[in-house]
Amino acid sequence: MTGGHARRRRVNALMFALTALCAAVSAGVLFAILGYIAWKGASSLSWAFLTRLPAPVGETGGGIANSIVGSAEVVGLAGLIGVPVGVLAGVYLSEFGGRGRLAFWVRYAADTLNGVPSIVVGLFAYALVVLPMRRFSALSGAVALAIIVVPIVLRNTEEFLRLVPGTIREAALALGVPRWKVTLRVVLPTARRGILTGALLALARAAGETAPLIFTAFGNSFWGRSLLQPVATLPLTLYNYAISPYDDWHRQAWAAALILMLFVLAVNAAARVWLKPVSGGAS
Amino acid sequence: MNPLMMNARQPEDPAVPRPTEPYGEGVPLAHAVGERPVVMTIRNLRAGYAGGASVLKGVALDVRERAVTAIIGPSGCGKSTLIRCLNRMHEAVPRAWCEGDIHLGGRNVLHLDPVVLRREVGMVFQRPNPFPTMSVFENVAAGLVLNGERDRAKIAETVESSLRRAALWDEVKDKLASPGVGLSGGQQQRLCIARALAVRPRVLLMDEPCSALDPLATARIEELLVQLKEELTVVIVTHNMQQAARVSEYTVFMLMGELVESGPTQRLFTQPKDKRTEDYITGRFG
Ligand SMILES: Nc1ncnc2c1ncn2[C@@H]1O[C@H](COP(=O)(O)OP(=O)(O)OP(=O)(O)O)[C@@H](O)[C@H]1O
Ligand SMILES: [Mg+2]
Repeated sequence: MTGGHARRRRVNALMFALTALCAAVSAGVLFAILGYIAWKGASSLSWAFLTRLPAPVGETGGGIANSIVGSAEVVGLAGLIGVPVGVLAGVYLSEFGGRGRLAFWVRYAADTLNGVPSIVVGLFAYALVVLPMRRFSALSGAVALAIIVVPIVLRNTEEFLRLVPGTIREAALALGVPRWKVTLRVVLPTARRGILTGALLALARAAGETAPLIFTAFGNSFWGRSLLQPVATLPLTLYNYAISPYDDWHRQAWAAALILMLFVLAVNAAARVWLKPVSGGAS
Repeated sequence: MNPLMMNARQPEDPAVPRPTEPYGEGVPLAHAVGERPVVMTIRNLRAGYAGGASVLKGVALDVRERAVTAIIGPSGCGKSTLIRCLNRMHEAVPRAWCEGDIHLGGRNVLHLDPVVLRREVGMVFQRPNPFPTMSVFENVAAGLVLNGERDRAKIAETVESSLRRAALWDEVKDKLASPGVGLSGGQQQRLCIARALAVRPRVLLMDEPCSALDPLATARIEELLVQLKEELTVVIVTHNMQQAARVSEYTVFMLMGELVESGPTQRLFTQPKDKRTEDYITGRFG
């Protein structure tokens, strides 16, 4: 009897140690990546790096200002396209589609789209936008990223809308408010924190995507003058610098990686703080 | 007999002879002098959920104006389904159906636009359900604002008068801007009553409005009902027979989707005509 007990305790301790170790490894990976990038990239980080255009090939120095602005442009535009589509589709699934056939296929398609390799999404945006317009452009990059954003936002929106209690909808309907207005003015605001947080996280994810931008936004050593011009973006510049033969560009690639990481971290932290319900649940 | 009955309100002058069958059973009867006018007529109402047996099996009832009508009956007998048919919230449930006649002031409720109907027939639910993103003020104003009212003065006036009618004004007048869900359960329920009153309904439906509240909060709502029926018609579902006896003029007893008996509360509790009613109110019932 006591032997069995001691054995159970050993197994228990072993399982605990194993799970704790794996948990520590998972968290450790993030800190290892962060630490390594900070160590390699911090030395090249400077005001000039953030505010200047790239130096001509062969010269050292220069910055990645155009990539930072380009990324903001492409991701912002992707948000303007992708977030409304994702939110409205999520509203359809949660409030109107229910268990219908169309809802089933939309969910299925969204989940599949979410798993499509991002390089394929890039190729699709190339065929959809670049080929007909005969040019690489910020717009086509935004379309590619929007395709990545939509399924994430859609499923997230649906989930948060489902968390809104049915009694809230009933209360509004019972006041003689039309269904669409109940959705727009009562249900969506109740869930908006979760929906916006999800949208932010989706955009943070899109901001780090490289593959979809290769045949769309393409890259540019100068400022992109319009949304219909090729544009530099952080992940793509990072990639180009990293595979270049120049030491100075390698250093700059690390610094760009650091900026990208910091951006993603900041958005994640902001989303987390924001999502935390304030007591009373007001605004 | 029951000391609680002392509080039951006399719906009519006892000197006036009562009609033998005050309401129910198909044919509307002429009003006796002193009987309140009928505001809603329900005939042959059947309702249910697709795929199941019907929940209401032909209910007939006259709801009288400026009085409280209490619906009692064992759990699952269809009380909620019945009152949810009256403002057509029943059909907001997927696969729910409803047929028969419900008339409100001469119009067939089942042919009205539910959005219009629900402004005339308001509802208060079992659990307080203030809108979580809205302040106390915004909660009460919601019915007006969401239906397009822009006049701020009118909104503020309506919010105050509705909160007063719901006996909540004195408690919240200093925190109109704080979240509605920050109030106590009993205050939240009165907030929901104020919210329903703000759209000026003729009829107010209440589905067990006190079942989530403590005795003190319950007593406040019961007091409130006494005032409210001066100006509007209340139909209240309750599990609590004492409550029905305390607040209502008319009581309806339901059993398994049928209306067994209805009549003035005092008469129904003291001289039930149906054996099943008697068994239920004397507690001899499962
Ligand atoms: N959404 C639904 N789908 C299918 N059946 C339902 C649904 N809601 C209620 N019912 C059934 O309808 C019947 C009546 O329900 P209802 O809620 O009207 O009863 P009730 O008298 O209000 O009961 P309670 O006192 O417990 O609130 C019950 O047998 C219940 O199982
Ligand atoms: Mg009920």
